[in-house]
Amino acid sequence: MSYDTLTFIWFVLLGVLLCGYAILDGFDLGVGILHPFLAKDDRERRLVMNSIGPLWDGNEVWLVTFGGALFAAFPVAYATVFSSFYTAFFLLLTCLIGRAVSLEFRSKVHSNAWRRIWDTGFFLSSTCAALLLGIAGGNVMQGMQLGAKYQYQGSLLEQLSWYPLMVGLLTVALFALHGCIYLYLKTEHELQQRAKASITPLFYAFALLYAIVTLATWWHVPHATENIANYPVLWIVPILNALAVLNIPRAMHLGKPGYAFFSSTMVILALASLFSVAIYPNFMLSTIDPEFSITLQNARSSQNTLQTMLIIAGLGMPCVLSYTVIIYWIFRGKVRLEPNSY
Amino acid sequence: MMDVEILSRLQFAGTIMFHYLFPPLSIGLGLQLFLCELSYYRTRNPVWEAAARFWTRIFAVNFAMGVATGIVMEFEFGTNWAAYSRFVGDVFGSALAAEGIFAFFLESGFLAVLVFGWDRVGPTMHLFSTLMVFLGSMFSAVWIVVANSWQQTPAGYHIVWHDVQGESMPRAEITDFWAMVFNPSSVDRLTHTLIGALVLGAFFVASVCSFYLLKDRHEDIARKCLSIALPTSLLFTFLAAITGHDSAQKLVETQPAKLAAMEAHFETRDEPTGLYLFGWPDAEQETVHMGIQVPNLLSLMVYNDPTKPVPGMDQIPADERPPVWLPFQTFHLMVGLGTMMIGVAALACWFWFRQTLDSKRWLLWVLVFMPIAAMTANQAGWITAEVGRQPWIVYPSVQNGVEMIGLRTADGLSESVTAEQVLSSIILFGIIYSMLFAVWVFVLNHKIQHGPESVEALLAHKAGLRPQSMSEQFEQTGKSHGGDFLEEDSQ
Ligand code: HDD
Ligand code: HEM
Ligand code: HEM
Repeated sequence: MSYDTLTFIWFVLLGVLLCGYAILDGFDLGVGILHPFLAKDDRERRLVMNSIGPLWDGNEVWLVTFGGALFAAFPVAYATVFSSFYTAFFLLLTCLIGRAVSLEFRSKVHSNAWRRIWDTGFFLSSTCAALLLGIAGGNVMQGMQLGAKYQYQGSLLEQLSWYPLMVGLLTVALFALHGCIYLYLKTEHELQQRAKASITPLFYAFALLYAIVTLATWWHVPHATENIANYPVLWIVPILNALAVLNIPRAMHLGKPGYAFFSSTMVILALASLFSVAIYPNFMLSTIDPEFSITLQNARSSQNTLQTMLIIAGLGMPCVLSYTVIIYWIFRGKVRLEPNSY
Repeated sequence: MMDVEILSRLQFAGTIMFHYLFPPLSIGLGLQLFLCELSYYRTRNPVWEAAARFWTRIFAVNFAMGVATGIVMEFEFGTNWAAYSRFVGDVFGSALAAEGIFAFFLESGFLAVLVFGWDRVGPTMHLFSTLMVFLGSMFSAVWIVVANSWQQTPAGYHIVWHDVQGESMPRAEITDFWAMVFNPSSVDRLTHTLIGALVLGAFFVASVCSFYLLKDRHEDIARKCLSIALPTSLLFTFLAAITGHDSAQKLVETQPAKLAAMEAHFETRDEPTGLYLFGWPDAEQETVHMGIQVPNLLSLMVYNDPTKPVPGMDQIPADERPPVWLPFQTFHLMVGLGTMMIGVAALACWFWFRQTLDSKRWLLWVLVFMPIAAMTANQAGWITAEVGRQPWIVYPSVQNGVEMIGLRTADGLSESVTAEQVLSSIILFGIIYSMLFAVWVFVLNHKIQHGPESVEALLAHKAGLRPQSMSEQFEQTGKSHGGDFLEEDSQ
């Protein structure tokens, strides 16, 4: 296989890992965002948490593996992106730690104050994690102040400009919507009714932000649409995206929540694909001089490594997918509280 | 203001040592848990099941901490050590990615069944899941330790110079994947590290059970578990000493500077080399104050020959010498603790088989505190290995007769990160980790004090409380939760 083909395959595989993460952990984060609003008493709070109880850890591994794969396939991108987002990533790490321990510790002690602390932690860390992921995505989308020899010259404040913030809010809304449909599927009775009632307002909030960000991208990030302009086939992606968005309220209206969940999954998939199409062939576009950009070509590792990694992925991914399916199968159906629940 | 290098090293050392509080316990406890469940599977004695359910809960708390702190490690290479990441990415990245694909998915997936699946899957599937979680945690150690060993004794690669906007930058690239994986120190380091974790797990179980015996609580369960924990602790402490000795013998070829630092051996002489049992090394004056030395012992240990002299620090160029004081002390601490643990495990086993352990309350109290010794030995071993590697982050080496450059720790930093940024992340994580540690100790203590469920409660639960969806619970009890067992247990 040629070096360039391998490089392209790894770009696509990274996209797959990122999509896997966004789809799976997306509903976990969404459940965290909705937790204080939907659950009214202690039992309901436990139910909401346990709806993702057995799953969130495995979902997070998609991010871990994405990080490892980026390191292996495009070390220069890994090094530069992670050090450029230094402060933002440490805040993200704080959130991920916060979520893990909030879930694990909350129900271990019978005390209202104790539980309230971890409930707050769960909500804040989920919300901020979604926001920060979106902000990072927005920055990568619009390009960053990358100087010569991969030296980042911007600052945290510049990373918090209006466009990335809008993308961050969009991510929060999207995950909340995705999580809300998930909760509707996993719960019963009043809790489920409350989840159902929240889907519509969340959908409008999401649709509004979606429209704003689309327009903003058109106007503010002209290079993002170049690839689509050059390869008109790619129009399929935004069209499918729009259809998937519209299908969510339709499916709910038809009383097919599973179908709605499938649609919100497709929305995430399409948005992640749009993101990949928009940045290709760069990982990080330099706003100082396009010469300084980090591209697939200058970030990749050696052909030998890409090949070895492809074998590793070829052996590993079928296993990963099969036990992911087994686990989701074992924990299918409505959430229940059991002795070992959170 | 301190410089970025010191701060980044402090941060890395702090975060990884904190992370390394949890994985060894997960690995070690994983084996004990599996053995408990296997005993249940074969005997169907509910005491074993109550024990396995109890250790599962402890395992879950610890595992969550390992996951939370591990993600930090994975990002930190990129955030703090960007130049290093570019240099080693081609080699190191594949190990990290393999870890995600082969280990973490396995672990986290089956952990769900292990923790949440007691009432959902049959005993065979549950036993299988426990085994998978245990194997997964072993695998996750494999890849990361391979990567670390590669830094210490690189193999299977060559250096390629890449042009970056007019400047040439070196990068290590794999030429032989298996030579990279089986580099000269990875097998030794891996076996020794895993055994260190198994030691910790065995002593952890022994500690909790001894505590129960001392307090006359949960005696049936405590005795059953001790019958596994004590023999395994003896076995693994022995193996730790043997594998550790192997590692040290390899060092004289691969990293003589580290060995010289560990033994505070400054001057090469034409006579057999002695071994310091204790002392206070002084690198400036190149002596050891207040040292007690056994003649010929180092020669014997290193070469199996009491007369052959061992090369000292004077063979190493001055700018390539690691610090001496810290590796010396941590190494001696580890070996001292290891020897002590063999003694304690042997005594405990002896009294156990003579069935007089109950009356040796002092020994039970010693066992209660043994996990701290095992944890300290694990940490001390890493400090020895990592500080002894300085000033290199990747050692220089010779591959097929060609000399390969190494990478100095000082050259591995992220160029665009400032000291202020690192300092603020250290403070942030200092606060978070202190709180986490306090909460972890609190919850662990809470669980241990609460103890396993009694066998009667377990049987009642299994007979009466079939798993229910919340609606069924609602209709049957009209209450917001499912009976006493659940409430008790969820504490
Ligand atoms: C319970 C844990 C434990 C115990 C009882 C011991 N060790 Fe150890 N040791 C470790 C846990 C450990 C470790 C944490 O696993 C290290 C750190 C890095 C590594 O490779 O393993 C280690 C490293 C380490 C190294 C450094 C290898 C390198 O350069 O990387 C040597 C030479 C030894 N050990 C030797 C010993 C000896 C002679 C022991 C005799 C009792 C011993 N260890 C007991
Ligand atoms: C694959 C695993 C590991 C890798 C790749 C690794 C790599 C590194 C790196 C990059 C540094 C910073 C540079 C330096 O100061 O040397 C470091 C330092 C350090 N690491 Fe490791 N490490 C690994 C495992 C561990 C573990 C498990 C521990 C034990 C808890 C540990 C303990 C330390 C300590 C104490 C330092 C500080 C040394 C000093 O500053 O002089 N390391 N290691
Ligand atoms: C600097 C090096 C290290 C990195 C980057 C790292 C990375 C990680 C990550 C990302 C996780 C969480 C995985 C998840 O989400 O399930 C984790 C957990 C774990 N790590 Fe580390 N780790 C390092 C050092 C080590 C070492 C040296 C060992 C063993 C000797 C180890 C053994 C484990 C184990 C067994 C787990 C499973 C979770 C647990 O039981 O706590 N790690 N690590």
